[in-house]
Amino acid sequence: MPDLLLELRSEEIPARMQRKAAGDLKKLVTDALVEAGLTYEGAREYWTPRRLTLDIRGLTARSADQREEIKGPSTKAPEQAVQGFLRKAGLSDVSEAQIVNDPKKGDFYVAVISKPGRPAEQIIAAAIPGIIRNFPWPKSMRWGAASMPKGARFSGVEGKGSESLRWVRPLQSIVCVFGPEHEETQVIPFEIDGLVAANITYGHRFHAPEPITVRRFEDYVASLEKAKVMLDADRRKDVILHDARDLAFANGLDLVEDEGLLEEVSGLVEWPHVLMGEFEQDYLEIPAEIIRLTIKTNQKCFVTRPQGGEGLSNRFILVSNIEAKDGGKEIIHGNGKVVRARLSDAKHFWTRDQGNLPDLETLKDSAAKFGLHLDKPLDQRMAKLDALNVTFHAKLGTQGERVARIRALAAELAKVTGADPALVDRAAVLAKADLRTEAVGEFPELQGLMGRRYALLQGEDASVASAIEDHWKPNGPSDRLPEDKVGLTVALADKLDTLVGFWAIDEKPTGSKDPFALRRAALGVVRILLERKVPLSLSQTFAAADNPAFYGTAAANPEEVYDRAYKPDLLSFFHDRLKVYLRDMGARHDIIDAVLTPDADDLLMIARRAEALTAFITSEDGKNLLAGTRRAVQLLAAEEKKGTVVADGVADELLRLDAEKALWSAIRSASQEASDAIAQEDFRSAMEALSKLRAPVDRFFEEVLVNDEDAAIRANRLALLKAIREATATVADFSKIVS
Amino acid sequence: MTELPDHMSPTRSFQGLILALHNYWADKGCAVLQPYDMEVGAGTFHPATTLRALGPKPWKAAYVQPSRRPSDGRYGENPNRLQHYYQYQVILKPNPSNLQELYLGSLKAIGLDPLLHDVRFVEDDWESPTLGAWGLGWECWCDGMEVSQFTYFQQVCGIECSPVAGELTYGLERLAMYVQGVDNVYDLNFNGREGEEKISYGDVFLQAEQEYSRHNFEFADTAMLHRHFIDAEKECQALLAAGAPGANANQMLHKCVFPAYDQCIKASHVFNLLDARGVISVTERQSYILRVRTLAKACGEAFLLTEAGGLNFGKAA
Repeated sequence: MPDLLLELRSEEIPARMQRKAAGDLKKLVTDALVEAGLTYEGAREYWTPRRLTLDIRGLTARSADQREEIKGPSTKAPEQAVQGFLRKAGLSDVSEAQIVNDPKKGDFYVAVISKPGRPAEQIIAAAIPGIIRNFPWPKSMRWGAASMPKGARFSGVEGKGSESLRWVRPLQSIVCVFGPEHEETQVIPFEIDGLVAANITYGHRFHAPEPITVRRFEDYVASLEKAKVMLDADRRKDVILHDARDLAFANGLDLVEDEGLLEEVSGLVEWPHVLMGEFEQDYLEIPAEIIRLTIKTNQKCFVTRPQGGEGLSNRFILVSNIEAKDGGKEIIHGNGKVVRARLSDAKHFWTRDQGNLPDLETLKDSAAKFGLHLDKPLDQRMAKLDALNVTFHAKLGTQGERVARIRALAAELAKVTGADPALVDRAAVLAKADLRTEAVGEFPELQGLMGRRYALLQGEDASVASAIEDHWKPNGPSDRLPEDKVGLTVALADKLDTLVGFWAIDEKPTGSKDPFALRRAALGVVRILLERKVPLSLSQTFAAADNPAFYGTAAANPEEVYDRAYKPDLLSFFHDRLKVYLRDMGARHDIIDAVLTPDADDLLMIARRAEALTAFITSEDGKNLLAGTRRAVQLLAAEEKKGTVVADGVADELLRLDAEKALWSAIRSASQEASDAIAQEDFRSAMEALSKLRAPVDRFFEEVLVNDEDAAIRANRLALLKAIREATATVADFSKIVS
Repeated sequence: MTELPDHMSPTRSFQGLILALHNYWADKGCAVLQPYDMEVGAGTFHPATTLRALGPKPWKAAYVQPSRRPSDGRYGENPNRLQHYYQYQVILKPNPSNLQELYLGSLKAIGLDPLLHDVRFVEDDWESPTLGAWGLGWECWCDGMEVSQFTYFQQVCGIECSPVAGELTYGLERLAMYVQGVDNVYDLNFNGREGEEKISYGDVFLQAEQEYSRHNFEFADTAMLHRHFIDAEKECQALLAAGAPGANANQMLHKCVFPAYDQCIKASHVFNLLDARGVISVTERQSYILRVRTLAKACGEAFLLTEAGGLNFGKAA
């Protein structure tokens, strides 16, 4: 069975796109071949920065012949119908059709169309150009003379304007060889925009620029390896990782591993060569996060730490793409210089952030507004953030106004969380200050963390400093929660301010679009409230957060800007997030629905109620009471539908049988007990109170006929059923429970 | 190649580096131009790139462009960062299919051996929001240092490039520091002489860096700059209106694009100064960028209505 080798060699493909592109190529090509009637035994994709390669094994040499019968109209059918049939079947004359007799229908036409199988070469040549033309690159480009306008010619190339071939970077050559395992292979020479597929490729850009003739995958890989191209990306990763670990170890260090960086670096080299560079010890006074990010983001190098030690070492690992003539001395020297220059910049930011800003007198008003101390660097940055009137959102005012809102809301929330109000105030005021630091300007992902560092340096309370970092948390379902009450109070204030604000201006998430990460903010609130057990009335909080006075510049006419009716919708958004969260924790969705009333606004209470209900509903009493309640509700519903009169309340004097008297007294005491327990937020006792109804309900259905002949008695008994429904409803809506 | 005296070697002097690049690209058929005589943020702003990248006419040029980035000022204290530096700019339209090889040839011409130094093409999609331009390409790294930008222009002034031009931008100071083996930009040897005759980069520029940093961050009159921005914006629009094609068939050409584009450049630089002074908020920033882009777009569209923009390209003379 023949094999196919395809290589698309281009100028350097961005590292982050290579793996997916190679996978897409495999899928598109194999799908197209199968679609055209070929089969294959196996296919594997490879990639380097300069090539996408596909190795398909065991292809069938040609597609099978196909025979298709198309039924036509009766031989007596009008001419128009016959012509339509001929067109559909692709016949030029009715004589080409066969006539078949059917005992019921009589004679009718049948067109027999046989498609002979095609050789695989033809199928491949037909399929691949289209795949290349329509390749799903995230971003692609045109290039060269072919991008001239249509009709224009330049150095012998015809301009194709906007129809010229697009690829991620200029496509340089195509290898397409096909043939049986042990025999000569042949080139499938399809052409695309002047590029003709052949059997020539090239090795490493610098080590082996000569052309290589390719016969099949085996010699292709071997020739490339000789030409200093390691085709398999996973092997390149493996080589880099092990060489880096060994090199670090040999120097008494541990590699700080980083899978994302490793993947990227393996996409930047065809022939990895691991080396170690160093920078001055002095730079280690810069926070480790800044050093790591500087070296990783800007230089694509790994950092190391002393074996078994804390912090970083002053050695870093780099991966070059050549085996240099001097063993890498120049490369190490050069990389060291760049890393030092980058760290020098980082140190510049780090020290400048600890120094005074110019023009402090222009910050006095802002300082007064927030009670800032202008002799402290972080306070200055906050004052500057306010003074610059940096916009947070066009309809939600400036960052300064935002901080003022968070501060006010945090003060309200502190009453619920029990956090120290003075510390909460200070943390809220400084929470966003690091947005004006140069370190965060350079590395936005360090926001919060830098604020904490600078806060500690200027002698802030440890709890204030950690709150500055933690108010961004949790940033997703697996992120950690704020450390203490101060942190969680400011975190709640920040997230709730954002949510209320964006709801008020009607910028809610839709479908997959959530540009302001509002779902994540709401999930953060849910997690803090539930996992830190904070009983909070969301409705009251919305009211506290939604103070038009705080929207300052953005809300000259608050009533015009803000849609006051958003609150129920925001609450139900929280309910949705809560459901997702509880379901992820293993709760049953029907139980959540049963305890979730549209105006339930204390998420902790809802969760506790769901927990108690789950325990109850799986107990013997619970199951039976559920069955009894359901029967009562169904009976009642059927009668209500018929228009049967149901009494407004249960009248003692109309209760005739012992069973109904017993039930009525049980309902009264159980309802009372359950309501009392719920008022105490003691859901377990509420459930226990309800469980006492089980026996009287069962007995009632056994001994009492609801549909009494006497209309008054019947109405009274129906009222009794209603009382069952109401009693259980104090705890949950039992009708929502599925089993 | 004739042997150069030592002081002209690209590895010995800053000017030697520039001359080596001039020689190399002149040899590849480029028109070697002189710097544009206005303050610009990058070599791309030179009309020889921005405007000539538009329209169908082939074009090849190389030039040095002094570039000003006011907020990169470091008072002469940072060994790598400058608010005024030099870019070497090459534009080839349409890009030849061996542009990467041509580029690597230029590195060899200035003494960088790719079997000794690790030369890499690292993804960097280039975008200039103020020029309404974007392209795909790379940062070219030499031993981890970004020494050039390599871009295939796809759009300039909001107009699709047809054909695509290849643009190479070399950061001359970094490259010179590299080939001279110097750690501080101010220590670069400018003229290649030694002893009393030596002129260093610091001799030429250190004082200027200190003074301009003060100017950019502290002294520049922001009220005046605001006015200048508005003036340049108005003048650009007025010139474009004045030179606009008429209704008659013999008035199809636009008659005043280059002078209008100068005003667009001016507005862009004034905006950069205001930004360095820290008086522009995030939203204002967006609106300034948009205003400059609107000017650039109008200039680009007008340029297509000129001879150089290819209005009569391919038509019988």
